[in-house]
Amino acid sequence: MFLPFMMNAWMAGTIVAIIGGVVGIFVVLRGETFMAHAIPHGSFTGAAAAVLLGLSPMLGMAIASIIAGLVIVCLSKRGKHDEVTALMLVFLLGFGTFLLAVSGNSERSIYGLLFGDVLSVQTPDLLWMVVLAVVALAIVGTWFRPLLYGSIIPDMAASRGVSNTALSAILAIVVALVTTTSVPVVGALLMFALLVAPPAAAVQLTASPLRVVAVSVAIALVQVWAAIALAYLANFPVGFTVTALGVVAYMIAKVVAKIRGRARAVRTLK
Amino acid sequence: MRAANLISPGFFTSEPVHLALLVGVIVAIVTALVGVMTVMRAQTFAGHALADLGSVGGAAALLLGVSQLWGFVVAGVIAAIILELVGMGKVRGRDVTTGIVFSAGLGLTALLLYLSTLVGASSTAAVSVLFGSLFVLDKSVVPGVIVLSVLSLLLLGLLWRRLQLTALNGEMASARGVNTRLTGLGFIIALALAVEMSSLTIGAVLSTALLVGPAASALRVCSRIAPSAALAVVFGVIAVVAGVWISYNSFAWTASHRAWPVSFCIVLVVVIEYAICRVVGKRRV
Repeated sequence: MFLPFMMNAWMAGTIVAIIGGVVGIFVVLRGETFMAHAIPHGSFTGAAAAVLLGLSPMLGMAIASIIAGLVIVCLSKRGKHDEVTALMLVFLLGFGTFLLAVSGNSERSIYGLLFGDVLSVQTPDLLWMVVLAVVALAIVGTWFRPLLYGSIIPDMAASRGVSNTALSAILAIVVALVTTTSVPVVGALLMFALLVAPPAAAVQLTASPLRVVAVSVAIALVQVWAAIALAYLANFPVGFTVTALGVVAYMIAKVVAKIRGRARAVRTLK
Repeated sequence: MRAANLISPGFFTSEPVHLALLVGVIVAIVTALVGVMTVMRAQTFAGHALADLGSVGGAAALLLGVSQLWGFVVAGVIAAIILELVGMGKVRGRDVTTGIVFSAGLGLTALLLYLSTLVGASSTAAVSVLFGSLFVLDKSVVPGVIVLSVLSLLLLGLLWRRLQLTALNGEMASARGVNTRLTGLGFIIALALAVEMSSLTIGAVLSTALLVGPAASALRVCSRIAPSAALAVVFGVIAVVAGVWISYNSFAWTASHRAWPVSFCIVLVVVIEYAICRVVGKRRV
């Protein structure tokens, strides 16, 4: 399990878990899971375009995802991204297939991009992942307070001069960066399991912002490490083990929150 | 370009084109009608999730060797019921639970497809489930498509007035004696039937495009519900016919003779319609 060819997988998984766990908190708090599902598909189109133009796929993925995210935010009314997100998503997928058809590429490469292949991560990819992860974390760190404030009490934040559209745009860019690093690992379709399940579980367990960050990252790390180990031992696809463990984590958190809530209610009655 | 060059030989006589147009138009009509309510109830994410979740059933059917159609429908209806029962309550909570159920389904699809490659099925099944193609349809799907369309439209028609009232004002609807939970459950099952029928035949991508695009376009330029529904149907049918026409003829347009995928052509028309409707709608307000 710790053979040399597995080391890149472990490192890539660790990077993805840390940034997914942090960035996902705002995705969950702002209720932008649909956007987090749609933006990764930009990387599919971007990679197809980059292959056609002979550029680095990573660059194409980053640019296409960022453009997709910004277009969704700019074209939709405050807090209502639904229809624009759906149309952007189908356009990205349709345009990606068009580019692949025009360049005459095989379907095998589509499959890899959508479902991911953690064993195919190369060392130069890892370097790019670290760079983009640091940029994403720096952005979240810089705007941590306004992001949190604007996500929890949007009206109050707006009256204090925090622009909701600007916050959505920041989040879209960060999700795009996270996506670009993670697509080779877990695939575009399953990327957002990491952005949604660990933070959603963490929010159930604790209310203090910093503790939510810590718990979310911890859950994401355990989820990814266990998923890679399971995939290696049982020979299951990583996409399956990651999502299955995410659902288990969320359900456990829900049950714990419910039991705690009941205990608190009993205590106040006494 | 001369008129003769615009239509490649065989467009009006080719059987795959006839079948593509027939199924495409049926799907466009049904999903446009269901789509109007989906957009009004802000359930587009659920609609898209159901399109992809049907593929769990599709993959399971592939593994078990039973008909894909029933795999899609059974998985879709089960997923719809879970989504509605678990995601009840605030819109924000619904968003997260949709995401969790959705990712679980996708993970399960990955597993089932992997298992089916072990027993010798093709690994490109996932790609064809996702993207589909109108031009490779089999004639045998037509009866299933018609049955599911009728079922979905019947359910929608039965609930139409209640849905209209709930979409406008949920509290008033409850006060008038509408059971909003049961109505919601009924609607999401109608949505699942329509979406599974379309995602099996034309692919999950196109299914979402035809569900959301025409309805969202119509609601941009028209504020009343019944005319919006009629307009959405028109937009949907135009998108399918124009998309099939572009795709079929694109073969002759490029030097390399690589036809443009029909899914892309239809999505392109849908997006153009939406862009025009946004501009027109903004000017009218």
